[in-house]
Amino acid sequence: MEIRPIFSALMRNKTGLVLIALQVAITLAIVTNSLFIIKERIELMNRPSGIDEAGLFTVSSLPFAPGFDRAGSITQDLATLRAIPGVIDATPINNLPLSGGGWGEGMSTKPIDPNTSKPEDSKGTTIYMVDDHGVNTLGVNIVEGRNFNPDEITDRNERDNGWPQQVIITQALAKELFPDESAVGKRVFMSNDSTGSVVVGVLERLQAPWVNWNGVERATLVPQRVLWSSTRYLVRVKPAERDAMMKTVEAKLGEINTGRIVRGLRDYGEIRKSAYSRDNAMTVILISVIVGLLVITGLGIIGMASFWVTQRVKQIGTRRALGARKFDILRYFQVENFIITSIGLAAGILLSYGFNIWLMQVFDAERLAWYYVPIGAVCVWALGQLAVVGPATRAARVSPSVATRSV
Amino acid sequence: MFAYYLRLAVLSLKRNKVLTGLMVAAIGLGIGASMTSLTVFYLMSGNPIPHKNDVLFVPQLDNWSPNQPFDEPNEPPNMLTYRDAMAIVESKQAKRVAIAFTNFFPVEPDNKEIKPEMVTSRLTTGDFFAMFETPFRYGGGWSAQQEADDQRVVVLSKATNEKFFGGSDSVGKRMRINGEEFTVTGVLDDWQPTPKFFDITSGPFEENEDVYMPFRYGIEKELQSSSNNNCWKDAGDGYQAWLESECVWLVGWVELENAGDHDRFLGWMNSYVEEQKKLGRFPRPMNNRLDNVGQWLENQKVVRRDTQVQVALSFGFLAVCLINTVGMLLAKFLGRSGEIGLRRALGASKRQVFAQFLTEAAIVGVAGGLLGLVLAWAGLAGVRQLYGEFERLSQLDVPMVLTAIGLAIASAIVAGLLPTWRACQVAPAVQLKSH
Repeated sequence: MEIRPIFSALMRNKTGLVLIALQVAITLAIVTNSLFIIKERIELMNRPSGIDEAGLFTVSSLPFAPGFDRAGSITQDLATLRAIPGVIDATPINNLPLSGGGWGEGMSTKPIDPNTSKPEDSKGTTIYMVDDHGVNTLGVNIVEGRNFNPDEITDRNERDNGWPQQVIITQALAKELFPDESAVGKRVFMSNDSTGSVVVGVLERLQAPWVNWNGVERATLVPQRVLWSSTRYLVRVKPAERDAMMKTVEAKLGEINTGRIVRGLRDYGEIRKSAYSRDNAMTVILISVIVGLLVITGLGIIGMASFWVTQRVKQIGTRRALGARKFDILRYFQVENFIITSIGLAAGILLSYGFNIWLMQVFDAERLAWYYVPIGAVCVWALGQLAVVGPATRAARVSPSVATRSV
Repeated sequence: MFAYYLRLAVLSLKRNKVLTGLMVAAIGLGIGASMTSLTVFYLMSGNPIPHKNDVLFVPQLDNWSPNQPFDEPNEPPNMLTYRDAMAIVESKQAKRVAIAFTNFFPVEPDNKEIKPEMVTSRLTTGDFFAMFETPFRYGGGWSAQQEADDQRVVVLSKATNEKFFGGSDSVGKRMRINGEEFTVTGVLDDWQPTPKFFDITSGPFEENEDVYMPFRYGIEKELQSSSNNNCWKDAGDGYQAWLESECVWLVGWVELENAGDHDRFLGWMNSYVEEQKKLGRFPRPMNNRLDNVGQWLENQKVVRRDTQVQVALSFGFLAVCLINTVGMLLAKFLGRSGEIGLRRALGASKRQVFAQFLTEAAIVGVAGGLLGLVLAWAGLAGVRQLYGEFERLSQLDVPMVLTAIGLAIASAIVAGLLPTWRACQVAPAVQLKSH
């Protein structure tokens, strides 16, 4: 293989070499790091929330009438909702998974004293206040233990502080609190509550409202109806009927009690979309950047190679006249491109890791997994070889007779 | 002479339309991408009230748990307890004080045909309007007397006034909020600082509230914040216990006479905490802070990381596009070595050749810049679609348009320098001999 002559020819035209190599290097650095970020974001977005999102929607009731009976209205609303044909179940709930707004508490296996307890003594968890229909409405699976009983549901007024006797926690939270044993029947403690609550059930999975929280899998259900200034309901229906049912439910709630505002009607598709809109946006933007870069770099290689072919028409003609086959000319350009790309990739590998280190230092990003750079490098090599095919074919078509024309 | 170079450049660019198109497209794409990300970054990192940057401060008092900071690394809470907020007000150490939280209320229109609606409300002390220079369309904020008398007064946003009063001057009119009659004292004009620097606790780019009501009304109604209430230990039972608790939930700002007053006020904060320590509060080592607007927005990391990464990536993208253009210009200029040689032989100086080719590069730059502007405009429309919430963060304004054009021309000239310089090095004799 005639690498040496190609190489020394290249060294005589360093400008072009440097230009292409630089492009290749930057392209590799951006493509690998972008792919890595995209993969992370897609993994984030694909995590299941544990609930039956396709069949769920939420609606809220905000009373304004003087002397409004909050508890009575919730009872009436729930009875009405559950009686509507097509409604699988409904529950009052204080906050919603994926919604961004929620209630957080520390949970521990020992009573928490804020003055002496260390942060690592307790695990952060979100609190969902639901009634005995909560589990069925959310569509979460109990893997161990049981659901709340109707007689365990208590009312929680605006400034009540205690916790009920029973809680249901997610598997993720149970494993952190009780790594070696079953959590069911065990006592757990939340802020300043010395009596504690007993874990009656363990859920397979239920995410917290905050999708970017590292404890997103740690959630707790407590058997309470909240009697706050506004009440939120979660309603579960058949996925196919959801849109129609939303209108029915909104109208029905407006009808049975005119002393309040029925508002905040949202389906879970919308809630998920807004929870992950930034990650989705980042993914789309990065994909556009990658595509743009590959196209630009590809065009750059084509442009440069075409220019070189034009410059070397005589040289090619002479080589052909001296017996080089078309294939040899083709191979010359492919090899030349391979050398240039490789030089660029060598610099690009350094740049990729440099960029990654910068991202890690400034943005606490993760370390680039090892295989991204080789995969990226293979792609850029392929891009270079593809881009040069056109100009190289044109070069191969140069007639040997060119050599004989005027010098 | 310039006109002649311009004509020559246009002729030359027309000769190879594909190559010209590629160069313009490369610069345009690079400029479009970098301008899109830069615009979002610029709007996010803006300081909406620069002329008061040195007199508006956020007092942060570290009353958090002895065992862990409010936020790593050793950040004091970004809100205040009721006790400490009231201590700041009562100390009269600052020229103005704004203490606020948000909640929502039902509004019942007089016309029973119209359904009641929910409004979001900022419950704030009356200095708020003067401190943040809120523009008023009608009327103004409520008076100190009205506030002291616990009168039911309200200031409406422009949109809220449109909705309930059809945009007319509603000052003095009544409005039924949360079951009580409130008198409108003022209507704001368009006002949406970006970022929403005066309260970023529920997101720095959220919409402003619909109405503004006196802070003490919220306390009288025993309300908490509807956005954030953070406690490191249990508040205890009842609203009085909540007010006396270590829970932070109030957004506090002070306005001082001048920048030099900063140290004096921070000194007051420290001596206040010393006093409170004697009462058994503030278990952490002294860690108070008094940031001005700019420092506050920076410390609270208002600019999203993703946006910063996007800016870095898009400038990498621009670099690739420019290197590309250098290559194409080089090919184009050196392809005309014969012409250059001829011109040089006929007496053109290197400087003249330089001017001629740089003109050509600049034309490519201007065309690329214009294309880049169009692409940036489209890119921002895309960003708006993607993020949904970004209405205000994705608008091109005059400074950004000028930056785009400037960046494009500068880029093209930088890209044109090397090829132009190489074109000037063409030796006339060699070129003439070979043809």
